Amino acid sequence: MSTIEERVKKIIIEQLGVSEDEVKPEASFENDLGADSLDTVELVMALEEEFETEIPDEEAEKIRTVQAAIDYVNNHSAD
Amino acid sequence: MSDLSGQIAVVTGASRGIGRATAEILAAQGATVIGTATSEQGAEAISEYLGAGGKGLRLNVTEEGAIDAFIAQVQKEFGAIDILVNNAGITRDNLLMRMKDDEWNDVIDTNLTSVFKLCKAVMRGMMKKRKGRIVNIGSVVGTTGNPGQANYCAAKAGLIGFTKALAKEIASRGVTVNAVAPGFIDTDMTKALTEDQKEQIFATIPSARLGKPEEIAAAVSFLVSPGAAYVTGETIHVNGGMNMA
Repeated sequence: MSTIEERVKKIIIEQLGVSEDEVKPEASFENDLGADSLDTVELVMALEEEFETEIPDEEAEKIRTVQAAIDYVNNHSAD
Repeated sequence: MSDLSGQIAVVTGASRGIGRATAEILAAQGATVIGTATSEQGAEAISEYLGAGGKGLRLNVTEEGAIDAFIAQVQKEFGAIDILVNNAGITRDNLLMRMKDDEWNDVIDTNLTSVFKLCKAVMRGMMKKRKGRIVNIGSVVGTTGNPGQANYCAAKAGLIGFTKALAKEIASRGVTVNAVAPGFIDTDMTKALTEDQKEQIFATIPSARLGKPEEIAAAVSFLVSPGAAYVTGETIHVNGGMNMA
Protein backbone atom coordinates (compact mmCIF):
# COMPACT_ATOMS: atom_id res chain seq x y z
CA MET A 1 0.00 0.00 0.00
CA SER A 2 1.48 3.32 -1.05
CA THR A 3 1.39 6.30 1.28
CA ILE A 4 -1.06 9.16 0.87
CA GLU A 5 1.78 11.35 -0.33
CA GLU A 6 2.68 8.86 -3.08
CA ARG A 7 -0.94 8.47 -4.17
CA VAL A 8 -1.48 12.23 -4.33
CA LYS A 9 1.71 12.73 -6.33
CA LYS A 10 0.76 9.94 -8.73
CA ILE A 11 -2.57 11.64 -9.44
CA ILE A 12 -0.87 15.00 -10.01
CA ILE A 13 1.58 13.39 -12.44
CA GLU A 14 -1.24 11.68 -14.34
CA GLN A 15 -3.65 14.62 -14.40
CA LEU A 16 -1.18 17.35 -15.29
CA GLY A 17 1.15 15.25 -17.43
CA VAL A 18 4.25 16.37 -15.52
CA SER A 19 7.32 14.39 -14.49
CA GLU A 20 7.94 13.09 -10.99
CA ASP A 21 10.85 15.42 -10.20
CA GLU A 22 8.69 18.47 -10.98
CA VAL A 23 6.19 17.53 -8.30
CA LYS A 24 7.97 19.23 -5.41
CA PRO A 25 5.99 20.00 -2.24
CA GLU A 26 6.03 23.75 -2.84
CA ALA A 27 5.21 23.51 -6.55
CA SER A 28 2.09 25.49 -7.52
CA PHE A 29 -0.24 23.74 -9.97
CA GLU A 30 -0.93 26.87 -11.98
CA ASN A 31 2.41 28.70 -11.71
CA ASP A 32 4.90 25.82 -11.78
CA LEU A 33 3.08 22.84 -13.27
CA GLY A 34 1.27 24.60 -16.11
CA ALA A 35 -2.27 23.82 -14.98
CA ASP A 36 -5.22 25.96 -16.07
CA SER A 37 -8.40 26.40 -14.02
CA LEU A 38 -10.06 23.38 -15.65
CA ASP A 39 -7.01 21.21 -14.89
CA THR A 40 -7.27 22.17 -11.23
CA VAL A 41 -10.97 21.25 -11.16
CA GLU A 42 -10.16 17.89 -12.76
CA LEU A 43 -7.35 17.34 -10.29
CA VAL A 44 -9.71 17.92 -7.37
CA MET A 45 -12.22 15.53 -8.99
CA ALA A 46 -9.52 12.89 -9.30
CA LEU A 47 -8.51 13.35 -5.66
CA GLU A 48 -12.15 13.00 -4.64
CA GLU A 49 -12.40 9.71 -6.49
CA GLU A 50 -9.10 8.29 -5.29
CA PHE A 51 -9.81 9.06 -1.64
CA GLU A 52 -13.59 8.59 -1.81
CA THR A 53 -14.35 11.98 -0.36
CA GLU A 54 -16.08 15.17 -1.40
CA ILE A 55 -14.01 18.32 -1.34
CA PRO A 56 -16.19 21.42 -0.85
CA ASP A 57 -15.58 24.32 -3.27
CA GLU A 58 -14.18 26.63 -0.59
CA GLU A 59 -11.63 23.97 0.37
CA ALA A 60 -10.85 23.10 -3.24
CA GLU A 61 -9.90 26.72 -3.91
CA LYS A 62 -7.16 26.47 -1.29
CA ILE A 63 -5.56 23.41 -2.86
CA ARG A 64 -3.06 25.21 -5.06
CA THR A 65 0.20 23.39 -4.35
CA VAL A 66 1.38 19.81 -4.09
CA GLN A 67 1.79 20.14 -0.31
CA ALA A 68 -1.68 21.67 0.08
CA ALA A 69 -3.18 18.65 -1.68
CA ILE A 70 -1.26 16.20 0.50
CA ASP A 71 -2.21 18.12 3.65
CA TYR A 72 -5.86 18.23 2.70
CA VAL A 73 -6.04 14.49 2.17
CA ASN A 74 -4.06 13.77 5.33
CA ASN A 75 -6.46 15.87 7.37
CA HIS A 76 -9.65 14.57 5.80
CA SER A 77 -9.01 11.00 4.89
CA ALA A 78 -10.33 8.04 6.82
CA ASP A 79 -7.32 5.84 6.03
CA MET B 1 -24.56 8.03 -41.57
CA SER B 2 -21.82 7.51 -39.07
CA ASP B 3 -21.47 4.47 -36.89
CA LEU B 4 -22.33 5.13 -33.25
CA SER B 5 -22.16 1.54 -32.01
CA GLY B 6 -21.01 1.20 -28.45
CA GLN B 7 -22.02 4.77 -27.62
CA ILE B 8 -24.55 5.67 -24.95
CA ALA B 9 -26.91 8.49 -25.90
CA VAL B 10 -29.46 10.27 -23.72
CA VAL B 11 -32.31 12.14 -25.43
CA THR B 12 -34.71 14.05 -23.18
CA GLY B 13 -38.33 14.49 -24.17
CA ALA B 14 -38.22 11.52 -26.55
CA SER B 15 -41.92 10.60 -26.57
CA ARG B 16 -42.84 12.55 -29.67
CA GLY B 17 -41.71 14.97 -32.31
CA ILE B 18 -38.09 16.05 -32.54
CA GLY B 19 -37.00 14.00 -29.52
CA ARG B 20 -38.43 10.81 -30.91
CA ALA B 21 -36.99 11.39 -34.39
CA THR B 22 -33.59 12.05 -32.79
CA ALA B 23 -33.75 8.95 -30.58
CA GLU B 24 -34.67 6.87 -33.63
CA ILE B 25 -31.89 8.14 -35.87
CA LEU B 26 -29.23 7.68 -33.16
CA ALA B 27 -30.47 4.15 -32.46
CA ALA B 28 -30.47 3.42 -36.21
CA GLN B 29 -26.79 4.38 -36.22
CA GLY B 30 -26.06 1.84 -33.52
CA ALA B 31 -26.08 3.95 -30.35
CA THR B 32 -27.78 2.66 -27.22
CA VAL B 33 -30.39 5.36 -26.68
CA ILE B 34 -32.02 6.24 -23.39
CA GLY B 35 -35.07 8.37 -24.11
CA THR B 36 -36.92 10.20 -21.37
CA ALA B 37 -40.57 10.98 -20.84
CA THR B 38 -42.34 12.65 -17.93
CA SER B 39 -44.71 9.73 -17.36
CA GLU B 40 -44.17 6.01 -16.76
CA GLN B 41 -46.51 5.34 -19.66
CA GLY B 42 -44.49 7.59 -21.94
CA ALA B 43 -41.28 5.82 -20.91
CA GLU B 44 -42.80 2.45 -21.78
CA ALA B 45 -43.85 3.74 -25.20
CA ILE B 46 -40.25 4.84 -25.83
CA SER B 47 -38.93 1.41 -24.81
CA GLU B 48 -41.39 -0.06 -27.29
CA TYR B 49 -40.38 1.99 -30.33
CA LEU B 50 -36.67 1.74 -29.55
CA GLY B 51 -36.80 -2.03 -29.10
CA ALA B 52 -33.28 -3.41 -28.87
CA GLY B 53 -31.93 0.09 -29.60
CA GLY B 54 -32.41 1.35 -26.06
CA LYS B 55 -34.86 2.11 -23.33
CA GLY B 56 -37.32 4.71 -22.13
CA LEU B 57 -36.99 6.08 -18.62
CA ARG B 58 -39.20 8.45 -16.65
CA LEU B 59 -37.64 11.82 -15.94
CA ASN B 60 -39.29 15.04 -14.86
CA VAL B 61 -36.45 17.53 -15.26
CA THR B 62 -38.01 19.96 -12.78
CA GLU B 63 -38.28 17.45 -9.92
CA GLU B 64 -35.74 18.11 -7.17
CA GLY B 65 -32.92 15.57 -7.38
CA ALA B 66 -34.48 13.75 -10.33
CA ILE B 67 -31.72 14.56 -12.82
CA ASP B 68 -28.88 13.31 -10.63
CA ALA B 69 -30.78 10.12 -9.83
CA PHE B 70 -31.54 9.59 -13.52
CA ILE B 71 -27.93 10.06 -14.63
CA ALA B 72 -26.73 7.73 -11.87
CA GLN B 73 -29.22 5.08 -13.00
CA VAL B 74 -28.17 5.36 -16.65
CA GLN B 75 -24.49 5.13 -15.77
CA LYS B 76 -25.08 2.11 -13.58
CA GLU B 77 -27.23 0.29 -16.10
CA PHE B 78 -25.54 1.27 -19.36
CA GLY B 79 -22.21 2.96 -18.61
CA ALA B 80 -20.80 6.46 -19.10
CA ILE B 81 -22.82 8.75 -21.34
CA ASP B 82 -21.21 9.73 -24.67
CA ILE B 83 -24.01 11.80 -26.17
CA LEU B 84 -26.53 14.11 -24.48
CA VAL B 85 -29.35 15.68 -26.46
CA ASN B 86 -31.26 18.25 -24.40
CA ASN B 87 -34.56 18.33 -26.17
CA ALA B 88 -37.25 18.36 -23.45
CA GLY B 89 -39.18 21.61 -23.64
CA ILE B 90 -42.53 23.18 -22.98
CA THR B 91 -44.40 26.34 -23.94
CA ARG B 92 -46.66 28.47 -21.71
CA ASP B 93 -47.56 31.24 -24.12
CA ASN B 94 -49.03 34.51 -22.98
CA LEU B 95 -48.57 38.16 -23.72
CA LEU B 96 -46.10 39.57 -21.25
CA MET B 97 -48.67 41.89 -19.72
CA ARG B 98 -50.69 38.84 -18.75
CA MET B 99 -47.85 36.40 -18.12
CA LYS B 100 -47.88 34.92 -14.63
CA ASP B 101 -44.78 34.15 -12.62
CA ASP B 102 -45.61 30.44 -12.92
CA GLU B 103 -45.69 30.62 -16.70
CA TRP B 104 -42.30 32.28 -16.71
CA ASN B 105 -40.73 29.98 -14.13
CA ASP B 106 -42.09 26.73 -15.61
CA VAL B 107 -40.59 27.51 -19.00
CA ILE B 108 -37.22 28.68 -17.65
CA ASP B 109 -36.97 25.66 -15.32
CA THR B 110 -37.91 23.06 -17.91
CA ASN B 111 -36.18 24.53 -20.96
CA LEU B 112 -33.06 26.14 -19.49
CA THR B 113 -32.30 25.16 -15.88
CA SER B 114 -32.66 21.47 -16.75
CA VAL B 115 -29.98 21.86 -19.43
CA PHE B 116 -27.58 23.30 -16.87
CA LYS B 117 -28.26 20.41 -14.50
CA LEU B 118 -28.05 17.67 -17.11
CA CYS B 119 -24.84 19.02 -18.63
CA LYS B 120 -23.27 19.30 -15.20
CA ALA B 121 -24.27 15.75 -14.35
CA VAL B 122 -22.69 14.21 -17.48
CA MET B 123 -19.61 16.43 -17.46
CA ARG B 124 -17.38 14.39 -15.17
CA GLY B 125 -17.76 11.24 -17.28
CA MET B 126 -17.16 13.03 -20.57
CA MET B 127 -14.10 14.90 -19.28
CA LYS B 128 -12.59 11.68 -18.02
CA LYS B 129 -13.14 9.99 -21.37
CA ARG B 130 -11.82 13.08 -23.18
CA LYS B 131 -14.78 12.63 -25.48
CA GLY B 132 -18.40 13.68 -25.55
CA ARG B 133 -21.14 15.36 -27.53
CA ILE B 134 -23.79 17.68 -26.17
CA VAL B 135 -26.51 19.01 -28.44
CA ASN B 136 -29.06 21.48 -27.12
CA ILE B 137 -32.29 21.94 -29.03
CA GLY B 138 -33.01 25.67 -29.25
CA SER B 139 -35.50 27.46 -31.43
CA VAL B 140 -35.54 30.04 -34.17
CA VAL B 141 -37.54 32.30 -31.85
CA GLY B 142 -34.56 32.46 -29.50
CA THR B 143 -32.97 34.58 -32.22
CA THR B 144 -35.97 36.31 -33.80
CA GLY B 145 -38.34 36.71 -30.83
CA ASN B 146 -42.04 35.92 -31.04
CA PRO B 147 -44.96 37.76 -29.46
CA GLY B 148 -46.60 35.78 -26.68
CA GLN B 149 -43.45 33.80 -26.02
CA ALA B 150 -41.20 36.08 -23.98
CA ASN B 151 -40.54 33.20 -21.56
CA TYR B 152 -39.81 30.63 -24.28
CA CYS B 153 -37.70 33.05 -26.34
CA ALA B 154 -35.68 34.02 -23.26
CA ALA B 155 -35.03 30.36 -22.41
CA LYS B 156 -34.03 29.49 -25.97
CA ALA B 157 -31.77 32.54 -26.35
CA GLY B 158 -30.25 31.69 -22.97
CA LEU B 159 -29.58 28.20 -24.23
CA ILE B 160 -27.44 29.55 -27.07
CA GLY B 161 -25.30 31.64 -24.70
CA PHE B 162 -24.98 28.65 -22.38
CA THR B 163 -23.93 26.46 -25.31
CA LYS B 164 -21.17 28.87 -26.30
CA ALA B 165 -19.84 29.31 -22.76
CA LEU B 166 -19.71 25.59 -22.02
CA ALA B 167 -18.20 24.88 -25.43
CA LYS B 168 -15.32 27.22 -24.60
CA GLU B 169 -14.84 25.71 -21.15
CA ILE B 170 -14.48 22.12 -22.28
CA ALA B 171 -13.33 22.18 -25.91
CA SER B 172 -9.81 21.25 -24.83
CA ARG B 173 -11.17 18.01 -23.37
CA GLY B 174 -12.59 16.70 -26.63
CA VAL B 175 -16.18 17.49 -25.68
CA THR B 176 -18.24 19.53 -28.13
CA VAL B 177 -21.34 21.52 -27.23
CA ASN B 178 -23.63 22.76 -29.96
CA ALA B 179 -27.21 23.80 -30.53
CA VAL B 180 -29.74 23.09 -33.23
CA ALA B 181 -32.36 25.80 -33.65
CA PRO B 182 -35.45 24.46 -35.40
CA GLY B 183 -37.88 26.73 -37.17
CA PHE B 184 -41.51 25.64 -37.35
CA ILE B 185 -41.57 21.87 -37.28
CA ASP B 186 -44.60 19.64 -37.62
CA THR B 187 -44.96 18.50 -34.00
CA ASP B 188 -47.57 18.60 -31.24
CA MET B 189 -46.07 21.89 -30.13
CA THR B 190 -46.81 23.60 -33.45
CA LYS B 191 -50.18 21.81 -33.80
CA ALA B 192 -51.27 24.02 -30.90
CA LEU B 193 -50.92 27.09 -33.15
CA THR B 194 -54.10 28.61 -34.57
CA GLU B 195 -54.77 28.65 -38.34
CA ASP B 196 -54.19 32.40 -38.35
CA GLN B 197 -50.84 32.00 -36.63
CA LYS B 198 -49.85 29.27 -39.10
CA GLU B 199 -50.75 31.36 -42.14
CA GLN B 200 -48.70 34.25 -40.86
CA ILE B 201 -45.79 31.93 -40.21
CA PHE B 202 -45.95 30.24 -43.63
CA ALA B 203 -45.69 33.64 -45.28
CA THR B 204 -42.28 34.06 -43.64
CA ILE B 205 -40.85 30.65 -44.60
CA PRO B 206 -39.15 30.57 -48.02
CA SER B 207 -39.56 26.77 -48.11
CA ALA B 208 -43.31 27.42 -47.59
CA ARG B 209 -43.88 24.38 -45.43
CA LEU B 210 -43.37 23.09 -41.91
CA GLY B 211 -40.17 21.18 -41.28
CA LYS B 212 -40.17 17.49 -40.38
CA PRO B 213 -38.81 16.22 -37.05
CA GLU B 214 -36.42 14.00 -39.05
CA GLU B 215 -34.89 17.13 -40.59
CA ILE B 216 -33.88 18.32 -37.11
CA ALA B 217 -32.69 14.85 -36.13
CA ALA B 218 -30.41 14.86 -39.19
CA ALA B 219 -28.62 17.97 -37.92
CA VAL B 220 -28.22 16.40 -34.47
CA SER B 221 -26.88 13.28 -36.12
CA PHE B 222 -24.20 15.34 -37.88
CA LEU B 223 -23.18 17.13 -34.69
CA VAL B 224 -22.67 13.88 -32.77
CA SER B 225 -20.72 12.25 -35.61
CA PRO B 226 -16.92 11.91 -35.49
CA GLY B 227 -16.75 14.24 -38.51
CA ALA B 228 -18.12 17.13 -36.43
CA ALA B 229 -15.32 16.99 -33.85
CA TYR B 230 -14.12 20.49 -34.82
CA VAL B 231 -17.58 22.08 -34.65
CA THR B 232 -18.31 23.50 -31.20
CA GLY B 233 -20.28 26.39 -29.73
CA GLU B 234 -22.19 26.54 -33.00
CA THR B 235 -25.91 26.86 -33.55
CA ILE B 236 -27.22 25.15 -36.68
CA HIS B 237 -30.42 26.79 -37.86
CA VAL B 238 -32.84 24.42 -39.55
CA ASN B 239 -35.80 26.55 -40.52
CA GLY B 240 -36.53 26.45 -44.25
CA GLY B 241 -34.83 29.81 -44.66
CA MET B 242 -37.13 31.80 -42.39
CA ASN B 243 -34.18 33.23 -40.50
CA MET B 244 -30.64 33.24 -41.77
CA ALA B 245 -28.24 33.87 -38.93
